[in-house]
Amino acid sequence: MKNIWIYILVSAGVSYIIRATPLVLIRREITSPTLRSFLYYVPYVTLAVMTFPAIVEATQSPVAGALALAAGALLAWRGGSLFLVAAVCCLVVLGAELILL
Amino acid sequence: MNNSQTNFRRGVRDGMPIALGYFAVAFTLGIAARNAGFSALQAMVESLANNASAGEYAVFSLVSAGAGYWEVAVMTLVANARYLLMSCSLSQKLAPETPLRHRMLVAFDVTDEIFGISIAFPGRLDPWYTYGAMAVAIPGWGLGTFFGAAAGSVLPLRLMSALSVGLYGMFLAIIVPPARESRVVRGLVLLSFAASFIAGRWALLAGVSSGVRTIFLTVAISLGAAVLFPIKDPEGAAERA
Repeated sequence: MKNIWIYILVSAGVSYIIRATPLVLIRREITSPTLRSFLYYVPYVTLAVMTFPAIVEATQSPVAGALALAAGALLAWRGGSLFLVAAVCCLVVLGAELILL
Repeated sequence: MNNSQTNFRRGVRDGMPIALGYFAVAFTLGIAARNAGFSALQAMVESLANNASAGEYAVFSLVSAGAGYWEVAVMTLVANARYLLMSCSLSQKLAPETPLRHRMLVAFDVTDEIFGISIAFPGRLDPWYTYGAMAVAIPGWGLGTFFGAAAGSVLPLRLMSALSVGLYGMFLAIIVPPARESRVVRGLVLLSFAASFIAGRWALLAGVSSGVRTIFLTVAISLGAAVLFPIKDPEGAAERA
């Protein structure tokens, strides 16, 4: 069994270094288009990879998870805020599982 | 000095809705932490020290999969790579003579939301404005995680199941709007969904931990996209990120 405090220390250290390094060292913009593009695409790709199929596997009923995905995506498409989209996904699962299970 | 106070108060005001949203999202993160074997205190410390939803979530899922420390370090790096870009933008927003201690403090809470309001600050960024937002947002984030991890065990299964998708809802709220704006991002999101699904079932990658799969897919897809579809408007892209 590994020590959870070490996991915390490792992740916190990496998180801080990522944020502090550019602010402390770089005072002019990154110019490499490939590097800039890579950094721009990374958050969307990594969040997408982590969202599906995990959202369908997180719920008791996969159908409820799929409905939450559809509702959340639709609401986000229409400009729903972070908080609203998260809340609606929860409510959809709650409602769907009340009916399905 | 007086100006700093005014900007600090403005930061607190603008940080308030962020803090409320953070509390709710962090609550579901706390549930994930508890499932990974974190105590409520450990979950809160992780949140206070990281201030990163996707990064923390990745850590929790890696820890529950029994990953090593190096795996966690690399995954934190990949999941939080976007903050590198945000910090680059923020460094342009600060006055060049801004002292080191301010740069180091602002760096502590570069998140999607805090970055968003800091970049929107008129003219050069006064660090005190960011500190005001941090003063309410960080406690909201930490307490939300604490209560999520603590209350997770007493909540009924039905409610837990519902709350567990809150985090994914938040991820959707981050990835869908740019996917609507850009066909490339839209294609990448769909490709990532498909690749993640296939990788989880493909024997060769299914044996590898989900964290390593995420790192591999993220780097491969993003790098491919950066080479094939370099963004033409880096300035606007940085603002949207």
